[in-house]
Amino acid sequence: MKISQIGYTIRESFKNLWRNRLMSVASVSSVAATLLILGIIFVLILNVTAIAEGAKDQFDSIQVYLTDDVDYDTIQQVGDKIYQLDGVKEVYFETKQQALEKMKLDWDQNAYLLEGLRENPLPNSYIVTLYDIGYTDYVVGEINGFTGVEEVKYYQEIVLKIMEVTNFIRNIGMVVIFILIAISTFIIHNTIKLAVNARRREITIMKYVGATSWFVRWPFLLEGTLLGIIGAILACGVLYVAYGYAYELLNTHFYVLIAAYLIPVMSVIQDLAILFVVIGAGIGALGSLWSMRRYLKV
Amino acid sequence: MIEMINVSKRYPNGKLALSDIKLQVNKGDFIFLVGPSGAGKSTFIRMLLKEVDITKGRVMVDDLEISKLHNRRVPFLRRKMGVVFQDFRLLPNKTVFENVAFAMEITGATGREIRKNVPMILSVVGLADKQKVYPHQLSGGEQQRVSIARAMINNPPILIADEPTGNLDPETSWDIMKILKQINRRGTTILMATHDRDIVNVMKQRVVALENGRVVRDEMGGNYGYED
Repeated sequence: MKISQIGYTIRESFKNLWRNRLMSVASVSSVAATLLILGIIFVLILNVTAIAEGAKDQFDSIQVYLTDDVDYDTIQQVGDKIYQLDGVKEVYFETKQQALEKMKLDWDQNAYLLEGLRENPLPNSYIVTLYDIGYTDYVVGEINGFTGVEEVKYYQEIVLKIMEVTNFIRNIGMVVIFILIAISTFIIHNTIKLAVNARRREITIMKYVGATSWFVRWPFLLEGTLLGIIGAILACGVLYVAYGYAYELLNTHFYVLIAAYLIPVMSVIQDLAILFVVIGAGIGALGSLWSMRRYLKV
Repeated sequence: MIEMINVSKRYPNGKLALSDIKLQVNKGDFIFLVGPSGAGKSTFIRMLLKEVDITKGRVMVDDLEISKLHNRRVPFLRRKMGVVFQDFRLLPNKTVFENVAFAMEITGATGREIRKNVPMILSVVGLADKQKVYPHQLSGGEQQRVSIARAMINNPPILIADEPTGNLDPETSWDIMKILKQINRRGTTILMATHDRDIVNVMKQRVVALENGRVVRDEMGGNYGYED
């Protein structure tokens, strides 16, 4: 490409963006809308995964409650025996007192209710962490047979449910993302095809006067890429504001439930910005090349 | 300048549009290409522009064998030939100046060259005062003059005109012919397909008549010869 042609290309593509501004707006909107939905799903998947990981950590343990009448040695023995079971990662002993303190902390303002108790109703317990929840059945079965064990509580069902739901959302999200990319390429291809179609006379004339295919192509290519990038920036901005707002909202109202595991805006938006610009520019460039192909054969 | 050796063109649907054409065009020739509709005039012109490929024979343009020319080189073949169409084919959203300038831009001309040459060629065709006007504000004759200016701006050795007066009234047609004759006098070879009997009969140039894809007549100072 000659130097004088670079000037021509840039001038021409900006002129055309402005001359066909209705089309430009339409293309930018469709890129932005697609990327926005894509971004929402992406953010959703990231957060669901993060929440699920957090929840898994929380429920990934087995509570072993001990009867009140056992002596210190028995407690010690039970602890050792649990530790020797296959798949057990950690065993942590929690006394009645510790359990009560923890409960008071959890109940916070309502803790005064616990003051009235004459004796501590909570049992001593072991909290057992496993390497993998696959060991749960075996470990629980073994512990149930030990003397001095009153009850074993575990959350395998919940954990499995959470993982099921997470996987489901992740898979659906991936499928939707792929469908969206396909649809958006098609929409942008069509939008640019309309723009190219409106100018096919121009393209034909250029070819008759002796313009090379690339001379004709460059301004369209730059135009499509610019449209894609503008759309990406727009989508990024909207997502940034909307996600920031949602994050703030969830943090103030539902902190304990889920917000503790939400991913903060800034750490998501940087990756998304790069992703958006690359996808946007790619869709724009591909769309314009694709849609003008047949008009160049003159 | 242009040499055709046993050229045939058969379209994929089986129609034989050109059949065994032998023709020698010399530098500075002014040729009228005549013949009834469907005789092969369009195919003849489209073949020279390499818009269609011939199926037999050889075509040489200025030492380029266009039948063997790679598609990527086609733009450079077209820069050897200015083209003028019946329907002018101007860009409606560009001014007269821009329409002509853009034929220079594709060759990579600098802004300075463009600003120098475009007004010059526009004054040759008598449109020096219409540079900033858009095509739809011009009469048919004026639009055709713009398209001639565009065809000639890069100084091609050959000018191809496909019924350039087809959409114009007789008086305006003669204005266009005067400009073409003037361009021819400066050494440009002109090949003009036409249905305009008066023009052919009065101008007394070389006439090549096509019928059913064959050259049936090729005479200097010839007549139109059809009663259409």
